[in-house]
Amino acid sequence: MKSAVIVFPGINRERDMARALKLISGREPSMVWHADTALPAGTDLVVIPGGFSYGDYLRCGAIAARAPIMEAVRAHAADGGLLLGVCNGFQILCEAGLLPGVLMRNKALKFISRDVFLRVERSDSPFTRGYDAGQVIRVPVAHGEGNYVADAETVVRLEDEGRVLFRYAAPDGSLDPAWNLNGATNAIAGIVSAGGNVLGMMPHPENHVEPEMGCTDGRGLFAGLVEALDRAA
Amino acid sequence: MTRNEPLITPQLVAEHGLKPDEYDRIVKLIGREPSFTELGIFSAMWNEHCSYKSSKVHLRTLPTEASWVIQGPGENAGVIDIGDRLAVVFKMESHNHPSFIEPYQGAATGVGGILRDVFTMGARPVACLDALSFGDPAHPRTRHLVSGVVAGVGGYGNSFGVPTVGGQLRFHARYDGNCLVNAMAVGIAQADKIFYAKATGVGMPIVYLGSKTGRDGIHGASMASAEFDDDSEAKRPTVQVGDPFSEKLLLEACLEIMAKDCVIAIQDMGAAGLTCSAVEMGAKGDLGVDLNLDAVPCREVGMSAYEMMLSESQERMLMVLRPEKEAEAEAIFRKWGLDFAVVGFTTPSRRFVVRHGGEVMADLPIKELGDEAPVYRRPFVDNPKQPVIAAEAVQPPMSTAEALRTLIGTPELCARRWVWEQYDHVILGNTVQRPGGDAAVVRVLDGPKALALTADVTPRYCEADPFEGGKQAVAEAWRNITAVGGKPLAVTDNLNFGNPERPEIMGQLVGCIHGIGEACRALEFPVVSGNVSLYNETNGRAILPTPTIGAVGLLDDFMRSATLAFKAAGEAILLIGETQGWLGQSLYLRDLCAREEGAPPPVDLEAERRNGDFIRILIHENIATATHDVSDGGLLVAIAEMAMASGIGASLTPAPADIPAHAFWFGEDQARYVATVHAGAVDAIVARAGIAGVPVRRIGTTGGEALNIPGEQSLTVDELRARFEAWLPQYMAGTLVDP
Repeated sequence: MKSAVIVFPGINRERDMARALKLISGREPSMVWHADTALPAGTDLVVIPGGFSYGDYLRCGAIAARAPIMEAVRAHAADGGLLLGVCNGFQILCEAGLLPGVLMRNKALKFISRDVFLRVERSDSPFTRGYDAGQVIRVPVAHGEGNYVADAETVVRLEDEGRVLFRYAAPDGSLDPAWNLNGATNAIAGIVSAGGNVLGMMPHPENHVEPEMGCTDGRGLFAGLVEALDRAA
Repeated sequence: MTRNEPLITPQLVAEHGLKPDEYDRIVKLIGREPSFTELGIFSAMWNEHCSYKSSKVHLRTLPTEASWVIQGPGENAGVIDIGDRLAVVFKMESHNHPSFIEPYQGAATGVGGILRDVFTMGARPVACLDALSFGDPAHPRTRHLVSGVVAGVGGYGNSFGVPTVGGQLRFHARYDGNCLVNAMAVGIAQADKIFYAKATGVGMPIVYLGSKTGRDGIHGASMASAEFDDDSEAKRPTVQVGDPFSEKLLLEACLEIMAKDCVIAIQDMGAAGLTCSAVEMGAKGDLGVDLNLDAVPCREVGMSAYEMMLSESQERMLMVLRPEKEAEAEAIFRKWGLDFAVVGFTTPSRRFVVRHGGEVMADLPIKELGDEAPVYRRPFVDNPKQPVIAAEAVQPPMSTAEALRTLIGTPELCARRWVWEQYDHVILGNTVQRPGGDAAVVRVLDGPKALALTADVTPRYCEADPFEGGKQAVAEAWRNITAVGGKPLAVTDNLNFGNPERPEIMGQLVGCIHGIGEACRALEFPVVSGNVSLYNETNGRAILPTPTIGAVGLLDDFMRSATLAFKAAGEAILLIGETQGWLGQSLYLRDLCAREEGAPPPVDLEAERRNGDFIRILIHENIATATHDVSDGGLLVAIAEMAMASGIGASLTPAPADIPAHAFWFGEDQARYVATVHAGAVDAIVARAGIAGVPVRRIGTTGGEALNIPGEQSLTVDELRARFEAWLPQYMAGTLVDP
C-alpha cells in the first residue's frame, strides 16, 4: 500500500499516522506538503491527519480545505482513490465538500481526550473490512469540535445509504447518549462519501495500533485497507 | 543622547520596580543618567524574575552535578544523558502572576514559554506536566481561575501537539489572591546536538525569527516581581497573548535549521523579550551586541525602542547564524511562513547598543547588565518548629470506613479526571502510563526505553517545616518515579514563595532550598534547571511555600514497569516501609478534624533510598504486580486508589495493636509503598526485605468488589469510585450545594 500523508501547517498527528501506516503496511508513507500541487505517482491512500491546521483559525479546516494540494486530493478522490481524514482531517474533508455536514463544538464546550468505544456499523467497506459488523473497538479521541451535525435530509440519506461506519457506543455496543461524548447527531463518529472511498472520522485509530502500548483496536482499519488494496492489485 | 523620551524622575524609577539604591548603582555603573530605554532595559534585567537577586546565594548550594548531567542550571533548560546518544531536556517554570489576571492566556503562554525553552536547545518536546494551585473552592474567583487555566494549558499544548501527561491540582485559601501555574516541558534531543545561548565570533548576524513584535507583555517580568493589591486587575495589558499555531511552526522551522547546522547560538524571547535574549547571548559569549530596531518585524506601527525592547510578544527567537548558511536558514523560515530578519550583529566591544530611527537609544556594558545585578543576602528567620502530634491525642471523629469515604471525595484527594481529560495526553503515540498514576510513563522514540515523569510538592508540610517540606517534595517525586519502576535521574525546581523582603518568607525559601539540597544530595538526584517565583502575595498575605519539584526518571524497558491498579484477585497486598501513624499535617487531621497543625512527617532519606531501591527491584523482576506510593491521605487512601483503578476490592488485616487504627490507616509516614505480589511469593520477599533492612508487612489480599476493613462497614469499589469522581466535575459545573 502506497500512502501519502498531507502536512498542513499546524497539523500535529502526522507522525502518529506515519508510524501506524509504516507499522502495518510495512511501507513508509510520503509526507506531502500543503503547498505542493501533486501527489506522488501511484498513491493508493491519501491521509489527512489530525491537528490544528492553520491554528483552527477562521473555522476548523476551513483554510486547509482551500490549500494548493487539495486540488490533487479532490482529483484522487474523484478517481475513486481512497482518502482518509482523521479528526482535523475529517473537519477538512467536510469543509472541502468531500463529505457532507460539519463538526461543531462538543456539547460540553470542552476539549475531550479519552478512550471511547465505537461500534463498527458494517464491515464491507475497504476501511472496515478488518472488523466485524457490530464489533466494538476502543480508540482515543482528542478534540474540541467533534459534534457531527448535518441537515435532517442529509442525515436520513447517510443512514439510508449505510454511510455511517462508526458510532460512539457503550462498551457492549448499545447506543446510549451517556457514551456519545460530544453530542454528535445519531452518535456519528465516522462517515463515508457516496462512493464509499472517502472516510472522515473523529477518533484516532492510529494511536491504538501497538500491543505494548496497551491496545490494538485501531489496527483493523489500516490492516483492512492494506488487504483491500492487495486484493485490488 | 536620545530624544522624545520621558525624563527620569524618582517616580519613574519606582514605577520600574527599581529601588533608589539600585538606581544609584546603575548611574555609578554607566557613569551617567540612563536614558528612558536604558532604564527599561535595566528594569527588565534586574527584576527578581530575571536576576534571581534574592535567591541566587541560596540556589548556589543546590547539587547540580552527576555523571549523567550534560547541562545544569543557567541555560534555557537542563540536559541529561539517557544513553543511546540521546538526551532529555527539561525545565519547569511558573506563570503565576499573569494567570491570576488573565487565566486562559496566562496559562497558555506559560506552556508556550516552557516549550520554547526546551526546543531552543534542539529537543523535540515529548511531554508536558502542569502543577496548579488555586484558592479555596468557596472563593468566588476560584472556579473562574480553574476553568480558564485548565482551558489555557490544554488550548496551547493540544494545538502545539505535545501530550500533557501529569501534574498536580490543589486548593487552599492561601492561594485565594495568587494562583500558581507551574508548567514543565520535557524534550528529547541527540546528545551531541544540544544548542546553547552563547554567541561566538565577531560580526556574526543576529537573526530575529518567529512572530512579530507587538505591545503585549510589556513589563511582564516586572509585574511578576511585585506583590498584588486590589488593583492587580489593571495589569491585564501586561499579560501576553499566545498563538500555539505560530509556536508549532517555530518548532518545526527551528529543528529543521538546527539539523542543517545553520545555528551558532539560539535563545528564545521569553521574560523581558528582546532585551534579555540579546544580552544573554552576548554576555555568555563575552561579546557585544549591536541591535538595529528598524529591522524588527512589528505588529503595529509607531512602536518605540522602549516598547520593542520590553515587549513580551510570544513565539519569537533570536539566533546567531553561520553567515554562509543565512540564505538556507531564511528559506526554511519562509517555507514555514515565519518572519526572518537580521536585526544586528555581534561586536568585540562588550557593549549592548540599541539603535532606532538613526539614533542610539541605549549603549550599555553588556556583562554588567547581567552579572552586576544586585545580589541580596536578605535577612531571614527560621520558622518556629511545630509540636509533634501524638496519634493518641487525635480523637477519631468517625469510623475508619466513613473517614475513607469522606476523604476520597475531598477537593484534595478526589479524581483529577476533569482536568486531564481536557489535555490531549495520547498524542505522539508514546504515552505508556496516562495521567492518574504515580508518574506518567512516556516511551522514548520506538522504545524500549521510557521516561517516568512527575511533578510534586506538599505545601502544607513546607509551611509547617520548610526544611522537612523541601526534603519531602524531592523524596515524593523520587518515590513517584520509583513506584512505576523508573530510576530517578534529575529534577527541575520551581520555587513559589511570597515576598522575600519579609524575613519569615525568606526563611521559608532558605529552609526549602536547604531541604531540597539535602534530599537531592542523598538521593543522587541533581537539580539541572529551575525557576523562582517570588512576591506571590496579595495585600500582605502570602501563598503557602510551594517548591514544586519536577522530575525525570528512566526505565530501560517500559514492559518492566508497574501501574497502581490491582491486577487480579487473591494476590497479597504488602506495605513496604515503616509506619508510626504520623498524623501531624495529615489530610485526616486537616480535613476531618479541622486541625491544620503539627509537625509534618520527617523524611528519613536513607530509608527512602533503601525502600525505593527494594521496590524498584521487585518491579524489574516482574514480582510486584502493582505498586503505589503512599502519600497524601495515607495508607488506606493508597489502597483505595489501587482498588478504584482496577475495580478489584480487597480484604485487609487489622491495624497492628501498638498503633491507633486511624493513625495506621491515615498517617502520612514517608518512604512507604503498597505493592501486590502473588500470594506464594510473600515469604521469599519478606526474607529478602529482611536482608535489605526494609520493613515489609502483609496487610491484606485482593479480591471481591469491596474494601473490607476489619470491624468496619464494607465499602464497595463502585461506591468509592462514585465519590472519588464526583467532586471536581460537580464543583466546576456549579452543582455542589456547599463547595
